Amino acid sequence: MQEAMISKAKALLADGTVTRVIGWKRGEFVYDVTPAVFESAQELDEGFVYDDFTAANVSKYLIKESRKEGKILCFLKPCDTYSFNQLIKEHRIIRENVYIVGIPSDGKLDAEKIKSKGITGILSAQRDGDTVKVETLYGIETLPLADAMLEKCLSCKSKKHVIYDELIGEDGEVIDSDRFDMVEKLENMTAEERFEFWRSELSKCIRCNACRNVCPACSCEKCVFDNPQSGVENKAPADSFEENMFHIIRAFHVAGRCTDCGECSRVCPQNIPLHLLNRKFIKDINSLYGEYQAGEDTTSRSPLTNYDTEDCEPKIVHERGVE
Amino acid sequence: MQVNDNKDFQPTIVAFCCNWCSYAGADLSGTNRLNYPTNVKIIRVPCSCRVNPMFILRAFQRGADGVIICGCHPGDCHYTSGNYYARRRMTLLFSMLDYLGIERDRTRVEWVSAAEGQKFAKTMNEFTEAVRKLGPNRRLEDLRCRKQ
Ligand code: SF4
Ligand code: SF4
Repeated sequence: MQEAMISKAKALLADGTVTRVIGWKRGEFVYDVTPAVFESAQELDEGFVYDDFTAANVSKYLIKESRKEGKILCFLKPCDTYSFNQLIKEHRIIRENVYIVGIPSDGKLDAEKIKSKGITGILSAQRDGDTVKVETLYGIETLPLADAMLEKCLSCKSKKHVIYDELIGEDGEVIDSDRFDMVEKLENMTAEERFEFWRSELSKCIRCNACRNVCPACSCEKCVFDNPQSGVENKAPADSFEENMFHIIRAFHVAGRCTDCGECSRVCPQNIPLHLLNRKFIKDINSLYGEYQAGEDTTSRSPLTNYDTEDCEPKIVHERGVE
Repeated sequence: MQVNDNKDFQPTIVAFCCNWCSYAGADLSGTNRLNYPTNVKIIRVPCSCRVNPMFILRAFQRGADGVIICGCHPGDCHYTSGNYYARRRMTLLFSMLDYLGIERDRTRVEWVSAAEGQKFAKTMNEFTEAVRKLGPNRRLEDLRCRKQ
């Protein structure tokens, strides 16, 4: 795949379709693959990487990149195309300045997850059917694919590209995923249990703001959480539920626009399951206001900038579910 | 759910009231000399949809024990549709608070018109009593924001 992508990029650079390419390059470790911009065939040969650790969604970078001189080429996985579409809808990306090549994805590996199985010194990882062979400084380890794959990929919602100029490989289908299972499980706990669950998760938060910074839906120039007057712009020096406001508002601000791309949970250094907050909003929106998938199209009205005179009353929260 | 038996506990209630309806309704209940608890602190807003979810969380962080939002009846919004948007937002927010394990009875939305002084007083009495039973809000308070 990497070779096909590099030659595609070289061809588009050579015929002048694009002047730059946004892709990924390797960081210090083999699993540190971060977005990078390439401007020549030589740079591509030297640094362009696309492998099983290349999970970063580059859509958000295109807000700035599409405002620069010349057209840019980007490679989007199916889930990334939803984010891209949503940003088009919100008039954040200049579509004419981006050339999209859709690439298939059969899921990405999660180095943190592999490490949590006690495997360190990772040198490379090779997928082989349902298993992953990890080469480390200390020898070769084999583990089941599900133990090494990103959470977001395990509950993938779609293999279909919703926007592209051309595709490498075949397009896939929308998948009937089980992504709301855990939300449902939480809903069926008692309030006490839910509170304890979230307190133990959210109190791990170090307020690094990575989840906000990576989110393609979070693209405000100025964020409410940067306001030093708010009293909540930093981590609280207490072990409690005090970061709840950040998390509730972060999720609320992207409600109806969150495409469930899973980037927030992927980047969290504390492994907080942030997707469970976003999915709660998505699930509620689906059940109360009709099925809605953000990013699926560029014309529909988002559920929170819309209403129906027959909408349910907020009381409904008091009437359903477990207390 | 734990019930507070402490009869002396006086909850702090923050009521966001729309200028065009419930704020006038509160006025009316005052001129009619109807009683509602002094625990209720009214904050006037131009429309129920002016209430940012952040206002509600902020009130809780700073020590409110219950927050109620009052607006015009659906269909009667001074700005045509503000309360319809507010209705969606509050439903989703309350559902999220519930999901995080916050007591449900600490939040409420009520539609009160300018002519419903009686309903205003009754709503405030009921809501204050419900929150009083729950006891002080601990789950959403924030030590960083606590007033000395
Ligand atoms: S990425 Fe994780 S630790 Fe950092 S602010 Fe977000 S939730 Fe907190
Ligand atoms: S909130 Fe998380 S899952 Fe939703 S769009 Fe943002 S990064 Fe993606």
